[in-house]
Amino acid sequence: MSTQKTPSTSGPAPDTSVHDVELIGSGQEGTIGDQVRAYIQRLQHGDMGALPAVAGLVVLTILFSFLSPFFLTERNFANLLTQAATLVMLGMALVFVLLLGEIDLSAGVTSGMTMALFIVLVNVHAVPWVLALIIAFAAGILTGTFIGFFVARVGIPSFVVTLGLFLGYQGLTLLIIGSGGLYRVQIPEIRDIQNSNMPVWAGWAMLGLIVLISAGTSFWDRARRTRAGVPNRTISLVWIKLGVIAVIGGAAIGVLSRNRGQSVGVVEGVPIVVPIVLVILWIGTFVLDRTRFGRYLYAIGGNAEAARRSGVKVMLIRWTAFIVCSTLAVVSGLFSISKVGSVDAAAGREIVLSGVAAAVVGGVSLFGGRGRLLHAAIGALVIAVITNGLGLLNLGAGVNLMVTGGVLILAATVDAVSRVRSGGSLMRT
Amino acid sequence: MDAPLIELSGIMKSFGPVSVLKGVDLRAYPGKVTALVGDNGAGKSTLIKGLAGVQPYDGGVVKFDGKPVALHSPREAARLGIEVVYQDLALCDNLDIVQNMFLGREETEFGTFDEGRMEKDASDTLRSLSVRTVKSVRQKVSSLSGGQRQTVAIARAVLKNARLVILDEPTAALGVAQTEQVLHLVSRLAEQGVAVILISHNLADVFEVADHIDVLYLGQMVAHLDASETTRDDVVGYITGAKVQQEATA
Repeated sequence: MSTQKTPSTSGPAPDTSVHDVELIGSGQEGTIGDQVRAYIQRLQHGDMGALPAVAGLVVLTILFSFLSPFFLTERNFANLLTQAATLVMLGMALVFVLLLGEIDLSAGVTSGMTMALFIVLVNVHAVPWVLALIIAFAAGILTGTFIGFFVARVGIPSFVVTLGLFLGYQGLTLLIIGSGGLYRVQIPEIRDIQNSNMPVWAGWAMLGLIVLISAGTSFWDRARRTRAGVPNRTISLVWIKLGVIAVIGGAAIGVLSRNRGQSVGVVEGVPIVVPIVLVILWIGTFVLDRTRFGRYLYAIGGNAEAARRSGVKVMLIRWTAFIVCSTLAVVSGLFSISKVGSVDAAAGREIVLSGVAAAVVGGVSLFGGRGRLLHAAIGALVIAVITNGLGLLNLGAGVNLMVTGGVLILAATVDAVSRVRSGGSLMRT
Repeated sequence: MDAPLIELSGIMKSFGPVSVLKGVDLRAYPGKVTALVGDNGAGKSTLIKGLAGVQPYDGGVVKFDGKPVALHSPREAARLGIEVVYQDLALCDNLDIVQNMFLGREETEFGTFDEGRMEKDASDTLRSLSVRTVKSVRQKVSSLSGGQRQTVAIARAVLKNARLVILDEPTAALGVAQTEQVLHLVSRLAEQGVAVILISHNLADVFEVADHIDVLYLGQMVAHLDASETTRDDVVGYITGAKVQQEATA
């Protein structure tokens, strides 16, 4: 055994050093064909991302457009986007804690409670709405700080802390609103978020800006990689990506730019909520992909002990994630009251599990470490399409809940199976 | 022989009434592999945790580059260039090789990651260690074998110009071929002038790569041996306490 000791000068085996240089790749090399093959290989290994959700979205759209003549109308498309906005926002909020393998069951009631606070301040105490909004956001940040303290600092499972808050905030909302109370939302700026549209030209300008920003970051990344001396993916992939954005975005904005008014008035343009969601989606994705905070969320979700040994301040990151989640939940509440037009004592009670479902359907793992904001947004769209489509078919809430539940279980199964195929086991937590 | 990179003398450490290290001496030389062997409970882990700055020693002198230093935190150890590769691998399955190697010390530009530079440094480091088993530095760690993971963990340790790398049972969970790969990596590490301390229960591994063998027995260093001048039976004798070193070797 001890005869194999490596000579320390001439290198270990005769034919290594030269060939090694080519052997370590970066996954960026090769033609489009190679990249596509590599992508298919990743899929086969269970790294499916949002693909099942996108497929589901396409299937559901085709299905409902056959079943209902109203489904594929301009009016319904705009309606669908505004219906989905609340859930999209809540799903994205939850991604920040789901990535850690944690959960926030109180995200829905946090949105409800802060909106109750907001509307009572404005309607009853005549506080300027901007100030009231700031107070509502402060309450959201405080909520996240509270949850984060008990989860990250004290070490109570997030399920328990947020379940407690889920109950407590229902009570607090009841106290703020008063039993049986209902407040109407009369602030035009808040109503406009979900009920008004941008001018048609602004929609196209937005698309142009999206393509420009996307191209900018792609080329910036490529320039940095070139400067570092590492290979770039073939440039045609950038053009394909930009083309896909332009075509899909162009189709959507084209549809939204047509008059969908039913009577005399003209209704056209992209709903104002859409650019707000897109900006938050872009900022959040940027933070998750390109900054330490984002990377550490994934690292802690993957292996918290490894992250701690690597010098990551695990407690601080955990804590911050809950603050981000609660703060974004306030935005989701804002979308909700803008759509509904009123706040009652039950605000936000129902929605949180749909938010978790949205994230999971989109491919965000409940076990932490895997998922993106876009996944949660797509998952939320799937659930919104189901609700919208079944509603058009006059099928009641009963069918809707059952179908949504079935889709969730299907998505969770896809997640579990893909984890097994990527090397984990079904039992892993 | 060169001057030692790190020199421990008279190291003491107790946990309450139990004294685990009773005046231990240890040296590690640049470009050499020093194996630290001993039975369970001999004090190997405690000795290493002190070097890593995780659990400071109670007494004794640590000299690094001939100068006395204090090791009170992992940060101080890292600043000196001391890196520890732990037995249970500290890697995140869901991140890729580059992300793991740079975890906690990412290269940034305007607060955002400079992925190109990190990828370059990571593959340069792997290349310098003659790693042949990794296809792409952008592979997820979950797709790697045990040997490849150990390789990544070691490469991570040397990424930022480590001067002393401590490997805690690097081959414990590996098969024959993978053990060979990792031991080869350990030799390459030493060739680059890094001082390596290797903790192992596997004497076959120790004899394959080590230049010096130090034996801990119940908190005392009972033997400093030259790997080329000793035998497996001798080492086993020292480990079990059946033998006591008479002549001063090191």
